[in-house]
Amino acid sequence: MDNKSPETGAFFPRDRAWQPPAYTPPYKTSVLRSPQKALLSLNNTLSEITGPVFGHDLIGELDNDLIHNFAKAGESAIGERIIVHGRVLDERGKGVSGALVEVWQANAGGRYRHKNESYLAPLDPNFGGCGRVITDDDGAYRFRTIKPGPYPWPNGVNDWRPSHIHFSIFGHGFAQRLITQMYFEGDPLIWKCPIVGTIPEKSAIEQLIAPLDLANTIPMDARAYKFDIVLRGRRSTLFENRMEGN
Amino acid sequence: MPQALNLMKESPSQTAGPYVHIGCTPNLMGIGGIYDTDLGSGPLYGEKAKGERITVAGKIIDGSGTPLKDALIEIWQADAAGLYNSPSETRGSADPAFSGWARCATDLETGQYTFRTIKPGRVPFPDGRPQAPHITFWIVARGINIGLHTRLYFGDEEAANAEDPVLARIEHKVRVPTLIAHRDGDTYTFDVHLQGEHETVFFDI
Repeated sequence: MDNKSPETGAFFPRDRAWQPPAYTPPYKTSVLRSPQKALLSLNNTLSEITGPVFGHDLIGELDNDLIHNFAKAGESAIGERIIVHGRVLDERGKGVSGALVEVWQANAGGRYRHKNESYLAPLDPNFGGCGRVITDDDGAYRFRTIKPGPYPWPNGVNDWRPSHIHFSIFGHGFAQRLITQMYFEGDPLIWKCPIVGTIPEKSAIEQLIAPLDLANTIPMDARAYKFDIVLRGRRSTLFENRMEGN
Repeated sequence: MPQALNLMKESPSQTAGPYVHIGCTPNLMGIGGIYDTDLGSGPLYGEKAKGERITVAGKIIDGSGTPLKDALIEIWQADAAGLYNSPSETRGSADPAFSGWARCATDLETGQYTFRTIKPGRVPFPDGRPQAPHITFWIVARGINIGLHTRLYFGDEEAANAEDPVLARIEHKVRVPTLIAHRDGDTYTFDVHLQGEHETVFFDI
């Protein structure tokens, strides 16, 4: 079966021990926003196996270029120029084609373009902070941006978010829906962050740290970081129980 | 040593954070000119879509009773005939005038969300029994470490709800009403409680 044939199997159960739990007191906002009762476990139905798809015609020319998609003509965003690229895979290691990847981030000074943001670092008039891309037949994607700055946030009195890019990913089924964050190799703030710390295992955190990818760097232009994203895999439907009469 | 299974691990989730709107509803936040429109905004139906037009509205409420003003909700549902507009739908072709998916940020002042959609048809459970009409909800926000899945069922579908195989799996029947939206005119109200006495049933699916 190639990547283009729609698959209809149920997704593998989510490994909840690998994922952050809902209630994580060091990240204070989670305390009142975390369900406290047990989740109801269900095998997937069609409501979870299916999902919306987005066509490549959705994507505008500059959607994956955050350096220019909000900038005035002839200008560009300030900051360290980087390329972020990788593949969207599923747990079987298969590339997920046609996945919509949406990203958002702070500017080089750590300031978000948002009404509720009050950090004193300045806005960059040429930086909006969002982009999107759809993966190719192999599940590959890439976008160009500036490296976001770290920023302070009200949790503890002196908590700083490591530099990060937010990712929202649509796979092929609604049960694969995922929002996560990408961190940068070597950032000492990663290991001090209460939001990163909601993830129980060190090796799981490392799955969100993008390495510098010198091989894919564009000389005299932009450094590259590689970030692969893994969505839930799904069963083959070959031996599934069939409805009566099928 | 047996062979390795060679399965990868799903990427860990991280909170959508307080600025999810920048990425998912930038026009709503005044970041214009990047995307023509915010993805998933507006009604789920086109002019020619079949089915009854309805509004679904409500709030996401935290453990102190306060509505979340920075949440993002996505819904996914079948068309009026019970078919999903998805390549993984093998039972037939869904209504091309109905997308089945939408996204809404809760209001920054009131916390209210609103979707304009059609009432979905019934979709079979894996064993063939019909499920009651329902809409899948996926909720993310600052303070929510991994997206929450739940379902809206319709208060005026009592007979279908009574035989729904998913609702039947809820051990504590007193919690079933947390998934039922109440109808007033063309509007169904569905509040989601993250905690407390009326905590909504969330799914691990």
